[in-house]
Amino acid sequence: MLLIRCPYCEEERPELEFRNAGEAHIARSANIAGESDDDFEKFFFIRSNPKGIIYERWRHMHGCARFFNAVRDTVTDKFVMTYKAGEPKPSKLPGAAK
Amino acid sequence: MSGAFRIPSAGRLKQAKTAGFSFDGRSYTGIEGDTLASALLANGVHLVGRSFKYHRPRGFLSAGVEEPNALVQIVRDDARKTPNVRATVQELYDGLAANSQNRWPSLAFDVGAVNDIASPMFSAGFYYKTFMWPKAAWKSLYEPRIREAAGLGVSPDKPDPDHYSSRYAHCDVLVLGGGAAGIAAALAAAETGVLVILADEQAEFGGSLRFESGAKIDGQDGFGWAQAAIAKLSAMDNVRVLSRTTAFGYYAQNFVGLVERVSDHLKAPGHDLPRERLWQVRAKRVVLASGAIERHMVFADNDRPGIMLAGAARTFLNHYGVAVGRNVGVYTANDSAYAAAIDLKKAGVNVAAIVDLRDHPTGPVIDEARALGIEVNFGRAVIRAGGKLRVSSMTVQPKNGGGERTIPVDAILMSAGWTPSVHLFSQSRGKVAFNDETKRFVPGTYAQDCVSVGACNGTDGLSASVDEAYAAGAKAAKDAGAKIAKGTKPKVDASESWSRGMLGAAPGAGPDKTVKAFVDFQNDVTAKDIRQAVHEGMRSIEHVKRFTTNGMATDQGKTSNMHGLAIAAETLGKPIPEVGLTTFRAPYTPVTFGAIVSHARGPLFDPTRKTAIHPWAAAQGAVFEDVGQWKRAWYFPKGGEDMHAAVDRECVAVRTKAGLFDASTLGKIEVVGPDAAKFMELLYTNPWEKLEPGRCRYGIMLREDGFIYDDGVVGRLTPDRFHVTTTTGGAPRVMNHMEDYLQTEFPHLNVWLTSITEQWAVIAVQGPKSRDIIAPLVEGIDMSDEGLPHMSVREGKICGVPTRLFRMSFTGERGFEVNVPADYGRAVWEALWAEGQKHGAVAYGTEAMHVLRAEKGYIIVGQDTDGTVTPNDAGLDWAVGKKKTDFVGIRGMARPDLVAKGRKQLVGLKTKDPKVVLEEGAQIVENPQQAIPMKMIGHVTSSYWSENCGRSIALALVAGGRDRMGDTLYVPMPNGVIEVEVTGMVFFDETGGRLNG
Repeated sequence: MLLIRCPYCEEERPELEFRNAGEAHIARSANIAGESDDDFEKFFFIRSNPKGIIYERWRHMHGCARFFNAVRDTVTDKFVMTYKAGEPKPSKLPGAAK
Repeated sequence: MSGAFRIPSAGRLKQAKTAGFSFDGRSYTGIEGDTLASALLANGVHLVGRSFKYHRPRGFLSAGVEEPNALVQIVRDDARKTPNVRATVQELYDGLAANSQNRWPSLAFDVGAVNDIASPMFSAGFYYKTFMWPKAAWKSLYEPRIREAAGLGVSPDKPDPDHYSSRYAHCDVLVLGGGAAGIAAALAAAETGVLVILADEQAEFGGSLRFESGAKIDGQDGFGWAQAAIAKLSAMDNVRVLSRTTAFGYYAQNFVGLVERVSDHLKAPGHDLPRERLWQVRAKRVVLASGAIERHMVFADNDRPGIMLAGAARTFLNHYGVAVGRNVGVYTANDSAYAAAIDLKKAGVNVAAIVDLRDHPTGPVIDEARALGIEVNFGRAVIRAGGKLRVSSMTVQPKNGGGERTIPVDAILMSAGWTPSVHLFSQSRGKVAFNDETKRFVPGTYAQDCVSVGACNGTDGLSASVDEAYAAGAKAAKDAGAKIAKGTKPKVDASESWSRGMLGAAPGAGPDKTVKAFVDFQNDVTAKDIRQAVHEGMRSIEHVKRFTTNGMATDQGKTSNMHGLAIAAETLGKPIPEVGLTTFRAPYTPVTFGAIVSHARGPLFDPTRKTAIHPWAAAQGAVFEDVGQWKRAWYFPKGGEDMHAAVDRECVAVRTKAGLFDASTLGKIEVVGPDAAKFMELLYTNPWEKLEPGRCRYGIMLREDGFIYDDGVVGRLTPDRFHVTTTTGGAPRVMNHMEDYLQTEFPHLNVWLTSITEQWAVIAVQGPKSRDIIAPLVEGIDMSDEGLPHMSVREGKICGVPTRLFRMSFTGERGFEVNVPADYGRAVWEALWAEGQKHGAVAYGTEAMHVLRAEKGYIIVGQDTDGTVTPNDAGLDWAVGKKKTDFVGIRGMARPDLVAKGRKQLVGLKTKDPKVVLEEGAQIVENPQQAIPMKMIGHVTSSYWSENCGRSIALALVAGGRDRMGDTLYVPMPNGVIEVEVTGMVFFDETGGRLNG
C-alpha cells in the first residue's frame, strides 16, 4: 500500500484514504459550448499513458476531501511529489537529472 | 515410546512429554515439539503422499516450508479440515489427526499410479494438446475429469468456524528471519532503542542453528545462543518478537504483510484466540535475513520416499532426535552433506557411502568423514535409486560412464548446494544479480529501503553473516533515526562454512536419457520435460515455466527454480543470466483466505444502513430489499399476501386514499453560498437563477459527455440555499462530482456543499387524502393550493419539530415529502401513520413506488437510463435550459452521434395481450420472422403489472422510438413471440390533473 502526501494536510497517509481522479492539467474551456469536435475530443477523450512520469489528480477522500495533483512514476509506482490543485505543473521535479 | 527411530541422546525435545496422533487412521506417539514430519519419521514412516500428476509415492524432501511432497489434510472436526498442510511445518499436538491426499483407495495402493506407467501421454504441455477434440467431449468428458484430478487435497465443505484478527503496526526496523543473521541484526537495532519487530516463520528462533551442530556463539552452542538472545529481545520494551509468523508479501514503501499462526499448534485452542493474525507493518527500514534453501540432486527416481535433503536429515537428527534411516547413502556436490553424514554416523547410524560428483574436493569435513570410517567416492554419480514405496538402493557410476555398483540403503541424503532466499527482496522490486563464480542469484539493485544479510545475501559462513547482519542492523537503526548504539557484537567462536554446488541435471539424467529425474516434485516436472519445452520452441524462462508448470505449484519452486533454469539454459546453449530468473510473487508461502478477510465477513463485510423508520417497518412485517448499502422496505404484506397482492393493494390505496413511504434514503445535498445559483446553473441542465425561493424544480445532472448522470427534485429555500435531492444509490458519486467541479474547475465560486442525507428523515405522503393527513400536524405553513402549490417547499413545524415540507409527487397524486431531523423521523412517521389511519392510508414499499412512478412515465436513472442516454433520448428536452451557454455536458450533448437520427429513445410499450407482463431486459425486434441472429432495436427497461390501469405496462429504449408511436413491435422470448404496441410513456392520468386532486 502506497503512502501519499496530502499537500493540504501536509502528511503522508495510506493509499486507502485516497481516490485517483484521472489525469491532471487538462483545462476545461471557458467557452466549451463553442468548441470544435476535434478540440472536445482532445479535452474529453484523449489521455496520455506514459511509461514513466505522469501528472494526475487525486482526492483525499477519507481525509480533508480536497482534490490535489501528484507526479507519479508509472514504472516504479513512486510518488515524486504532490501539490495543490490550481498550482502550475512543476517545471522541475525533485531528484530529476539536470 | 515415541518411535523406533528416535535417538534419545540426540535432539532437544523432552522425551517424557509424549503426544498421541494419527495418520490415515493409524495411531502413533510423538513428542511435544515434534512436527508431524519428525514424529512420523521417528516411527519409521516415510511414505506420506502421492504426487500430483503421476501419483508416485512420495516422502519428505525437507524439514521446512520448502516442502513440496509431504502435503497432508489436518482434520480437527467436521468443519475444520485443512488441506495441503506441509507436514514439515505442522507442529504436533496431542490428538492431531492427519490424512494423506491424492490417493485412492489407499496410500500404498493408488489406482491413479497408472498415470506413472502411461506417463509418455502426460509429458510437458500435454493438456494444451490432448483435449482439443472432439469439441463436444470437452464439456461432458474432459473438463469434469480434469477438474476432479486437478488441485490437491479436499476443500472443507462447511463455513469456517474459526475467527481471524488483523493489526496494523509501524516500526523503525523490521527484521525478517530469525536465524543467526536476523537475531544479530535485531540485537544491533534494538540496542539503539528504536522500535524493532523481529519475525520468524518457525515456532522457535534459530534458523539453521537448529541443525548446525558445529556453531558456537558467545561461548554457547548456536541454538542455545539464539534462545538467550530471543529472551533478551523479548524483554525489551522497544522490541516485538513474533514467532510462527511468515512475511508473505513485500509491498510498496516498506509495507510488509505477515501472517502469525496463533493457534494451529494447540490441542484445543480457546475461542478467545484467533486462528491466525494478519500483521500489516510499515517499517522505516527492513532487514532481510531469510536464509537459504538447499537444492536436491536431479537424478533418476530421485523422488522415492527416503530420499531427502541433507540439511533436513540433520534437522531431524540434531533438533528432533530422529534418524531418518539405519543405513543411509549420501549424494552431494558440495561440502554440506558431509556434515549430515558425520552427525548421523556419530549418532550410531550406518553411512553406507558418500558419493561426491566433484573430482578432487578437500577440506576438514571430508577428512573428518574419512576419519570416522565412512566410504567416500569422488567423481561419481548416483544414476538411479531403487525401491518404490521406500528407497532400497542407490546405483553408483563414475560420472563419465563405466561400471555400475548398487549399494543397498534405506535413505539417501542429497545436496546440490544452497539457493539464497531472495523471494522477499525480489518482491520488493529489487533486481537480482547472477554471481557466475558461485552460480547463484543474489540481491543486486535495491528498490526500497531494505538490506539483505547472511545467507540470503550470498554471504558464506556464520561469522561473516553475523558481522554483516550486526552492522546492517545498527545502520538500519541509525537511518531510521537512532542516536546512540551501545551494544556488543555477538562473537562467533566456531562455525561451519560451505558454498558452491551444482545446478541442473546430474550425470545419468542427461539429454540422452529418458529417466524420470524430478526437478519440481510438487508439479511432477522432470529434467526431460524442461528440455522438451525448449525443443518445442519455448525460449524465455517465463514460457518454459508456464509450459512445464515448473515452479508453479504451492511451493513456488523453492527447490526447483534454479535447476529448471540451468537445464533450460543448457538446452538453449545460453548462459544462465541471459535466460533470466522468473519473478517471485507474493505470497512466499500459502496464506489462508481467513487471514486476509479477517473480520470483514458476514454482517461485517459491508456496512448496513438503516433509516430512522426501519424498526417501525420491521415491526409491521415489511419485506426489505438491498439498495446499495441501504435496507429499504420493499412491500408490506398483510394477512398472508404474496408480493403481487401486497403491491396491487398498496398501489390502489395510494391512488384512492393515501400512502406513506419512507424516502429517507434519498441522497440530499445542501448547496449554500452567494454563488449557489451560479453553481447549480453549471452542474445541472436546468436554469436556476430565476427559480424563486420556496419553489422546486426537477433537475438533471449530466456528465461532461452529455449523458444523464443523476436526477432529483431541487428546492430553493432562500436565494443562497438549495436543498438538492439525488437518487439513493447516486448520492456519494454526485457529491464527488460536485466537489470535483467546485474545487478544480469553478474554484472562483463561493459555495459550500454539505451532505445532509443522514440528517433528514423523509416521509412521502401521497394520494388524494395526503393533505388531510398532514395538515392537522403542521404549524406555520399555509397548506392551501395557493399557499403551497405543486413543486414548492416551505419551512415550518410538524409535530412541534422543524420541517422542510416539500409539495411534490413521484406518484402523480397530490403529494408531500416531509423532511424532519432524523432523530424525530420515527415519531413523526408514527404521528402521520395515526392520522393516516383515519383516512384509510397504507404504508407502501419500494415496489409500489416503482409501479406508481412507471404508471406516470417518471424515469429512474440507472434503470431506464444506462449511462448512454441523453436528456433528449429520455424525452426530457424540456428540462434543458435552451438559453444557457454553459453547464457540464452542454458540449458532449452536441456531439454528432448524440444528435443523430435513429438513437434509442424512451417510449411506453403495451402488450397486445394486457395480461402479459414483459421481462425487464427483454430485447425488441421489428420482424420476428427474420433469421437468427435477429436485429435488435431496443430493450425493455421497466415492466410491471399495473392494478390501477388493469393491465401490464412497460418502458423501453427503442431505436427511433418516438417516430414509431402506434407501431407493432415484437419481443421474442423462449416460449414464443410477444406482440407489443409503442405508446407514450404516461399510462395513467395523462393530463396530470390528479396532482391537485
